Amino acid sequence: MSFLLTCPNCGARDVNEFAYAGEVTRRPRTAPSFRELTDYLYFRRNVAGVQREWWQHRFGCEAWFLADRDTRTNEVLGVEVPGAAGADVAAV
Amino acid sequence: MRLPPQANELIDRSREVVFSFEGKPVRAFAGDTIGSALFASGRRVFSRSFKYHRRRGLLCCSGACPNCMLTVDGTPNVRSCVEPAHDGATVEAQNVLGSLDHDLLSIVDKVGRPFTPVGFYYRTMIRPRRLWPLYETFLRNVAGLGRVDKRRGRTTRYDAENRSVDVLVIGGGRSGLAAARAAAADGDRVLLVDENARSFGEEPFEVVAPACALGIYEGGLVPVAAGRLLLRVRAGRIVVATGAVEQPLVFPGNDLVGVMLPDGARRLIRDFALKPGERAVLIAADDRALSVTEDLERAGVEVAATVDLREHDPTDIFAEGRRGLLRAVSIDGVGHDCDLLLAAGAPQPAYSLLAQAGAQISYDADRGIFVPGGLPAGVEAAGRVAGEVGPLLPTRACHGDGGFVCICEDVAVKDMKRALAEGFDSIELAKRYTTVTMGPCQGRLCQRSSIRIYAREQGTDEAAIGTTTARPPWTPVTLGLLAGRTHEPARLTAIHHRHVEAGADVIWTGAWRRPHSYGDAPAEARNVHETVGVIDVSTLGKLLVVGPDAVEFLERLYPNRYSDLKPGRVRYGVLSTDAGRIMDDGTVARLDDDRFYVTTTSTGADSVLGWFEWWNAVWRLDVEIVNLTGALAAVNVAGPQARDVLAGLTRADVSAEGFRYLDAREGAVAGVPCLMLRIGFVGELGYELHFASPYGEYLWDVLRDRGARPFGLEAQRILRLEKQHIIVGQDTDSESNILDANMQWIAKLDKDDFVGKWALEQAQERGPRELLVGFEMANGTVPAEGSQIVRDGGPSGRVTSSRWSEQVGKAIGLAWLPPDLAEEDATFEIRVNGRLEQARVRLRPFFDPAGDRLKS
Repeated sequence: MSFLLTCPNCGARDVNEFAYAGEVTRRPRTAPSFRELTDYLYFRRNVAGVQREWWQHRFGCEAWFLADRDTRTNEVLGVEVPGAAGADVAAV
Repeated sequence: MRLPPQANELIDRSREVVFSFEGKPVRAFAGDTIGSALFASGRRVFSRSFKYHRRRGLLCCSGACPNCMLTVDGTPNVRSCVEPAHDGATVEAQNVLGSLDHDLLSIVDKVGRPFTPVGFYYRTMIRPRRLWPLYETFLRNVAGLGRVDKRRGRTTRYDAENRSVDVLVIGGGRSGLAAARAAAADGDRVLLVDENARSFGEEPFEVVAPACALGIYEGGLVPVAAGRLLLRVRAGRIVVATGAVEQPLVFPGNDLVGVMLPDGARRLIRDFALKPGERAVLIAADDRALSVTEDLERAGVEVAATVDLREHDPTDIFAEGRRGLLRAVSIDGVGHDCDLLLAAGAPQPAYSLLAQAGAQISYDADRGIFVPGGLPAGVEAAGRVAGEVGPLLPTRACHGDGGFVCICEDVAVKDMKRALAEGFDSIELAKRYTTVTMGPCQGRLCQRSSIRIYAREQGTDEAAIGTTTARPPWTPVTLGLLAGRTHEPARLTAIHHRHVEAGADVIWTGAWRRPHSYGDAPAEARNVHETVGVIDVSTLGKLLVVGPDAVEFLERLYPNRYSDLKPGRVRYGVLSTDAGRIMDDGTVARLDDDRFYVTTTSTGADSVLGWFEWWNAVWRLDVEIVNLTGALAAVNVAGPQARDVLAGLTRADVSAEGFRYLDAREGAVAGVPCLMLRIGFVGELGYELHFASPYGEYLWDVLRDRGARPFGLEAQRILRLEKQHIIVGQDTDSESNILDANMQWIAKLDKDDFVGKWALEQAQERGPRELLVGFEMANGTVPAEGSQIVRDGGPSGRVTSSRWSEQVGKAIGLAWLPPDLAEEDATFEIRVNGRLEQARVRLRPFFDPAGDRLKS
């Protein structure tokens, strides 16, 4: 991996400055069944295509943000800070 | 002997350079390469081939082939034909036993060939089995190219540099220069790299040469090897102008010294004013290569015969030599005496970088070359690499029966045939089995031939065979350049130098350097029990969690409760993941209603910070997390006299009633503003002081003056084990949860929610699979950490911590046991050095089980 990623604070930077934390998941809001829990913990969609995922500017401003990345090409279609207007954070 | 000055020669005849070759001085001109200087001195044999130790001489003179590789100043495999000659250089032959002219290992060529067919290392030397150690010793000695002198250590400093440009042009030939000039005229920031050491005129863009682009990676990243500097170039647009590479013809005798590529001879004449031979034969397939006759004539080389393969494609070419040196060539039965045979097929566009970038490579059957197409966005091809290589016609894949396909790895035509006969019918398999294209030239000189031979042998066409995947590096690169600077960053606490002065045995703990002990760990532990000790715990992670939602934030993160924690009090906390796994532990002190001071383990500090920030990004609570890990130093003062020491240094009330166990106080100690936490870190009465790190050495000195003696990590391990305090990562692993780790009391499953709650509920329902408990040994044997617990002859658990405790007078430890064994006084067996040793479960701390001394 050697693409550029745009930190919402710092701008375009080498991907090596960032930590990847996987696709955005949906945490169950109420006590889940065993199946629901394991789905949440261990099952990922692992799409070949655009995926919404968590990134942190680990060796920069340390901000966490969301990126829409095409897993086939590593093209990043957009980034946003959770909580910003219009941002959709499924993982709550 | 040199020719008269040539129009654009690279040598400066007014300046002499002297280096040594095999111990003897060689005189050269400034601008010479080591190869050209050796050639000028009369040397023709430059190396011995990889497998058969055949004599090899200059072939390409452009740094592509392996024939001129020598060891220069201890660096093996240097392409001497492009390595600038410099004063005092020490140049040695490599891959020889004896000398270049008398290499004992050439016996492999003379008698060993029947025993060393392709893939011989999988077959020939397998039997008899008992001889394998002998074979192995032999193979290890002769395998590989060049030797690294391990005694020399690391003498070269390599560095890396990040660059960002609008346009990167790879290759400074005509097309490359034109592309760079055009881009610069458009106002783009342009960088041009070229692998040759030639000089460029005044250009409106930056030039780096000699420098090799190693590959094209995702996102337009191009690593460029520029001597001892690795440039990591990030370009918006990449123009590949790597030209075309002359391809050796395949015929018997094609590796004799004196067989060269036309361009190689041209370089010797034009760049270095050297006469490449006396009598030449030229066989070529394009106008450019054929035009070398003009150079030859100017240099006074007699041209005995010229064959344009487009007009006459001979069935048989056969070169003869004596002692490895070319003497004659026969073309379809017509013989010519010669000492120079310039032979090349159609020039092959050097498409490798383009293929790496994702270009499609297809075979142009009308011209007999592979051409790139379908270039990805942002990557362009200019000039000869794009297929602009003049009028061509396809020629034979080989001329005659025999010869080397791959001179790097000594792969002969018969090896390819044999691989095919054995069933390796795909070119990718042929590559792996015969190692064709896997040598130093990386297929530049042999990939097309190998594909064409496979097509011919299988009765199909080149398009059906296809190409092998192009991978970086395109040019061989030293490992040192990839490794970069020797730099192992270490984190040191503010008190570190005091530990070194005290003679501490300093060890790595994560990125930190910490004192293991100050010489006598048991005595350090004894001192904590008897008087007072002090340990530097500045490495602990230290986070300030501030804001109206700080309580809510911690309530959601930790399994235990913080809403009822009163300001000025401290509580132990264990972080779990949502899968219920133990992640880290530490203390949480409530400073006031909306301000908490959280400590983490030393090695977990970074991940806990990231974890907190991530959940805060998810929940978006009104809370801020401030990382104070580096800003604050911390020491733990522990032992029966700890209170006396502290009382002498602060006006704060440190009495047993005024400063109770698990109280947090802010106050000055020896004038230094501190956060004081009374916690049970090592089991004795103790205070942890957190303060601004610039005061580290000062406060350390004051505490030592007042009688606190330093103790290190080893004493801490013993002391904490005596209390059965767990160490996250030592006693727990990625499967451990707080219920199984016997900390059920900390899991408040009646809370609405917290990270890990649901997994812990599932774990509770399922019941423990194993439990973490203390144990003591029946005798004094200390089982190694990781020792197996054996039950009915099978494994049934493991020891995670074990130490001899002088205080307890026993060997003690922590172990994971099956639940039915994890009961007070239960006995079990541990395998120690092959024997089974008796141990007994102890559920309560070995030392001060009621905590009387801790809370005193």
